[in-house]
Amino acid sequence: MISRLWNDLEGTFFPESALDFMPVERLREVQLQRLKTVVSHAYERVALFRERMDARGIKPADIRSLEDVRRLPFSMKSDLRDTYPYGLFAVPMAEVVRLHASSGTTGKPIVVGYTAQDMEVWKQVIVRSLLSAGYTRGDIVQNMYGYGLFTGGLGLHAGLEALEATVVPASGGNSERQIMLMKDFGVTAICGTPSYFVHLIEVAQKLGIDFKRDLKVKRGLFGAEPWSDGLRRYIEDASGVKAYDIYGLSEIVGPGVGCECECRDGPHIFEDHFLVEIIDPETLEPVPDGQEGELVFTTLSKQAMPAIRYRTRDITAIDPRPCSCGRTIRRIRRICRRSDDMFIIHGVNVFPSQIETALLRTEASLPHYLIVLTRRSGLDQMEVRVEVTGEMLRDSVGAMEQLQKRFARSIEQITGLHIAVTLVQPGSIARSEGKAKRVLDQREAKS
Amino acid sequence: MKIRQISVFLENKPGRLSALCRTLAEAGINLRALTLSDAGEFGLLRLITADPDKAKRVSEAAGFAATFSDVLALCLPNRPGGLASVLAQLEPQGLSVEYMYAFARRTGDAVMITCFDDVDRAMAALQAAGVRLLEPADLFAAEQPSV
Repeated sequence: MISRLWNDLEGTFFPESALDFMPVERLREVQLQRLKTVVSHAYERVALFRERMDARGIKPADIRSLEDVRRLPFSMKSDLRDTYPYGLFAVPMAEVVRLHASSGTTGKPIVVGYTAQDMEVWKQVIVRSLLSAGYTRGDIVQNMYGYGLFTGGLGLHAGLEALEATVVPASGGNSERQIMLMKDFGVTAICGTPSYFVHLIEVAQKLGIDFKRDLKVKRGLFGAEPWSDGLRRYIEDASGVKAYDIYGLSEIVGPGVGCECECRDGPHIFEDHFLVEIIDPETLEPVPDGQEGELVFTTLSKQAMPAIRYRTRDITAIDPRPCSCGRTIRRIRRICRRSDDMFIIHGVNVFPSQIETALLRTEASLPHYLIVLTRRSGLDQMEVRVEVTGEMLRDSVGAMEQLQKRFARSIEQITGLHIAVTLVQPGSIARSEGKAKRVLDQREAKS
Repeated sequence: MKIRQISVFLENKPGRLSALCRTLAEAGINLRALTLSDAGEFGLLRLITADPDKAKRVSEAAGFAATFSDVLALCLPNRPGGLASVLAQLEPQGLSVEYMYAFARRTGDAVMITCFDDVDRAMAALQAAGVRLLEPADLFAAEQPSV
């Protein structure tokens, strides 16, 4: 495995990667030691954690094994909102060197902070992510995550610089220029949201640029939103770009909580910094490895804003099987759904990812789509709008109606629901430059 | 001779047809013939123009999905039974008409724009039956619109 620590032809040694291959017993020791430290730190410095632990009658000294994490109270996104902006910070502001914030779609954003050491850890896990996805210092990497308050842009940027790759800090948006930069600068790898890259593939086609023939982009790290295996196949077929899933969320550190290796069978979690649990979201009890549930993280080294049993709302399972890459840090299954993305239509749970899967089964390429939720006589209704592309268009009304029916049948096979599918004109669904907006919720507007 | 027709997808929303027509007008594209098929939630507008490539390009640039298909322009005498006798000759050969639309010319004949399930076989059968098929050039040069 040592060979994997040597990066690129010039043989630059990255000891960071060695942590991915630590003997499991040693990894658990490190985790326990860090867990004890972070729990004391959170208990002493953050009122919310102290009050919740006191209410349960738990003291930091009660954490004697990794399993004892289960005795700790949970935290969640609403805790960040309720204590906005700095209520969960565990260090004086003088020690905080960076703030990031989420796009607060409902009300206030959530704010996260980093100490200088937190920034080092974050950079390190991103370097490990990049190395596991095969990025090298010889790569010219276009970073299309938004630079600014969003953790994606600056997070990846720091890691790419530490890797000594050539960074093109393109940020999001201005799609034609993105393609131009890739072409003119000889970009070999990219990072960004998968939905934005799908949009770029479309833009390149319009510009008459063939990703496989005209560009040198070989690999991409995609994250910040759940994306299906079908979308991965689409990206790879349409662009020839090998797509790796990087997982993260601002509340834990940002991107770099986990990342796929060359096996691309779910992200490895950097367990020496992030303690992972899967719980049943109803009973809140832990579930066995391999069983699906809600992903919960405890940060093991965060100083500015430690997270104790933070409920991510992401639905996945721990994959305990050893990975053929040799990493000892465990994988989780790729996240295709979030418990807060779910909606209930006629009593059936539906996730946007299921609609995406259904559309990809019908058409070779992923059409732009929008799920529209409305409420009629107190019941939630769902409609799926699908953009007709030139490739999908047939000179026959009957054939177009058949296409509409095939979409509806495919959705029905996956969700069990008969959902209205409407064909709409190309470009009529808004494109996003960051995270895709796949759902238009009109349930409040029309009741 | 086959004629290149373009079909444009139209959402059934007010203003879509006029937006497309405006786009084509601004590009200086004259429509020789057209038909609109409606399927309730959407429609297909089929167009015959002198420059189908340009028509498709400008339509797509304006955000419309468009596709080409090959149709035949049958030139028939403009009198009762003109079409019936042609169709009667095609029927035994198992050729079927998907759709057709027509316009009359001042020269006194009628042009039937026809989409067959098998355009190549239909073309051969029609030529064998002595039906005059218009070339694209005939279709666009034959007459100037009267003012």
